[in-house]
Amino acid sequence: MATLEIAALRKRFGTIEVLKGIDITLEKGGFLVLVGPSGCGKSTLLNTIAGLEQISSGEIRIAGNDVSHLHPSKRDIAMVFQSYALYPNMSVAENIGFGMEMRGVPRAERDKAVAAVAKTLQIEHLLSRRPSQLSGGQRQRVAMGRALVRRPSIFLFDEPLSNLDAKLRVDMRIEIKRLHQTTGSTIVYVTHDQIEAMTLATKIAVLKNGELQQVGSPSEIYDRPANTFVADFMGSPAMNLLEGTVTAANGAPRVVIARKEGEPIVLPIPASADAGKLQDGARVIFGIRPEAVNDSESIDRNARSVVKFDATVEIVEPAGSDTFVVIHAAGKELTARMRADADLRRGQNHTFAFNLDKAVLFDPQTTARI
Amino acid sequence: MTSADLVTSASPRRHNGHSLTTRIVIYGLLTLFALVYLVPLLVMVMTSLKPLGEVTGGNMFAVPEHLTLRPWVDAWGEARIGVSETRGIHGYFLNSVKMVIPAVLISTLLGALNGYVLTKWRFPGHKLVFGMMLFACFIPFQSVIIPMAVILGALGRIGVDLYDLTGWSFGLGNATVNLVIVHVIYGLGFTTLFFRNYYENFPNELVKAAMIDGASFFQIFRRVLLPNSTPIFIVTVIYQFTNIWNDFLFGSTFAAGDSAPMTVALNNLVNTSTGVVEYNVNMAAAIIAAAPTLLVYVVAGRYFVRGLMAGAVKG
Repeated sequence: MATLEIAALRKRFGTIEVLKGIDITLEKGGFLVLVGPSGCGKSTLLNTIAGLEQISSGEIRIAGNDVSHLHPSKRDIAMVFQSYALYPNMSVAENIGFGMEMRGVPRAERDKAVAAVAKTLQIEHLLSRRPSQLSGGQRQRVAMGRALVRRPSIFLFDEPLSNLDAKLRVDMRIEIKRLHQTTGSTIVYVTHDQIEAMTLATKIAVLKNGELQQVGSPSEIYDRPANTFVADFMGSPAMNLLEGTVTAANGAPRVVIARKEGEPIVLPIPASADAGKLQDGARVIFGIRPEAVNDSESIDRNARSVVKFDATVEIVEPAGSDTFVVIHAAGKELTARMRADADLRRGQNHTFAFNLDKAVLFDPQTTARI
Repeated sequence: MTSADLVTSASPRRHNGHSLTTRIVIYGLLTLFALVYLVPLLVMVMTSLKPLGEVTGGNMFAVPEHLTLRPWVDAWGEARIGVSETRGIHGYFLNSVKMVIPAVLISTLLGALNGYVLTKWRFPGHKLVFGMMLFACFIPFQSVIIPMAVILGALGRIGVDLYDLTGWSFGLGNATVNLVIVHVIYGLGFTTLFFRNYYENFPNELVKAAMIDGASFFQIFRRVLLPNSTPIFIVTVIYQFTNIWNDFLFGSTFAAGDSAPMTVALNNLVNTSTGVVEYNVNMAAAIIAAAPTLLVYVVAGRYFVRGLMAGAVKG
């Protein structure tokens, strides 16, 4: 039995439908990340799970119970907010214990639970302080402590790291992952940061305009995006998307990518695509991750299908660990992720290679993957 | 030359020369206005400490030759107020205290509750309700007197019935209670406006967190909203205290004779048409009448300014 089951969930604000029939399940101990651009409905979805927003239709079940119309406090959930939402007038200990106080838990028991959680999060020395006397990272820990002390079926995180600076964000990300691994808790996590999504999730749900685009493991989402939106949204730099045409001449079907200057690039159909669906002359979008574009020496040696082509280097961006090289191909920019010490200069002509094992094809009409 | 150039080239030259003249002008004006406001108070204090002969015979600005506290004692306990049998203003001062404390607290708490509902528990039409409450701020005092008199009369009759039934009128029909009711109703528009605007910027996530923690409607209000409302609470209390304490129209209309508030008694003392006008006693009484509001400003004034600013500029 799944810990969280959402079926045909719809949410309307007046005449505007912001969630258009969502179906997701999450197993016990799973880490579901809801990701998408702002306004896609991911926070609304989280709020409906929490009970802070009423649903228009559909059903939400937590640990087997229908909670669709229950009060937030009766849903067996705990939530960590973007702003932490610590009560400014209460000490850290009172903040963590407030929920238990509201449920009438005796003081001695409360103090014991608060102490135990404080120990787990290493905030014992902060218990008597006010939230205003804490740093951003400490506030984050207290907010997590307030959630942990409830021992809920599901933890809900609403962009919990977006108020932290870059370094602290990475630290807290690892902290959350460790917490998930050691406690085996079930988590639903909202973010617009696709790196957080990739690193934390056991399951990612990509939303756009209130519709699920794809639900799957991080590697499924990354390697086999369901459509061009997911392909473009996940990954940084984004996946290269080039327009091409299918040609069946000379035997096996191939994808031809025309170029303004020079020979067109002719590619065999990538293994991921269903070649049966491709007709001669059909237009396709050829998608390939920057790390699957490299010079011919550095391309993955285990790759079964490699195609080389010549191109002119336009921009070289050294990023420390890698160098991003922007080349011009097929009237569109194409980014390659290369070794940090790749010795390339602007204007230089160079031989690049596609690792077609990692390539995907999309239908330009429906944008869906073929 | 662009305007930006003008500013940058002119500012270093202006900076040295203008700071001294500007300071003299600013401090000169501030001192002048402070004097304009302080001189009447000074004259009042000096007059109240002179014997009557010195007041009528001498200069208004002269320092008292024979210091005496007699006018203060007279004003508090001896002076004849209008046609009343009771002497001195102390009884009326107490009337005002008994009126102002419940009126301020009730109207402030109800305003806070209204603000809480209008921002954190929004319902369809909440804007209309707030707009109508706001409209209450613009209703002139005079226009509500007759309807209010009718309502208070009806309440008084209910009080009589209640007295017949239970032996207690529940305060209905009592002049001080009537004034509390009037001031609470009239003040509600303002207190709601203050608290609604303050709670508009109060983080919704705190309310949501408290809901998840299982706090009820009133628990959220009492444990989360109210403890974090000190600045606006003080602003509202000062505003309401000053208005209610200084009110004359409602006081003179709905509370006659011995139950009149301080302001009405002061008028009856000063406007007497019999005997000698005891300016020194009048001044002492006027200072006593103004003292509570002055005290409130001195004690909480800095919160007043801070609270007004906090509402104006977020963060």
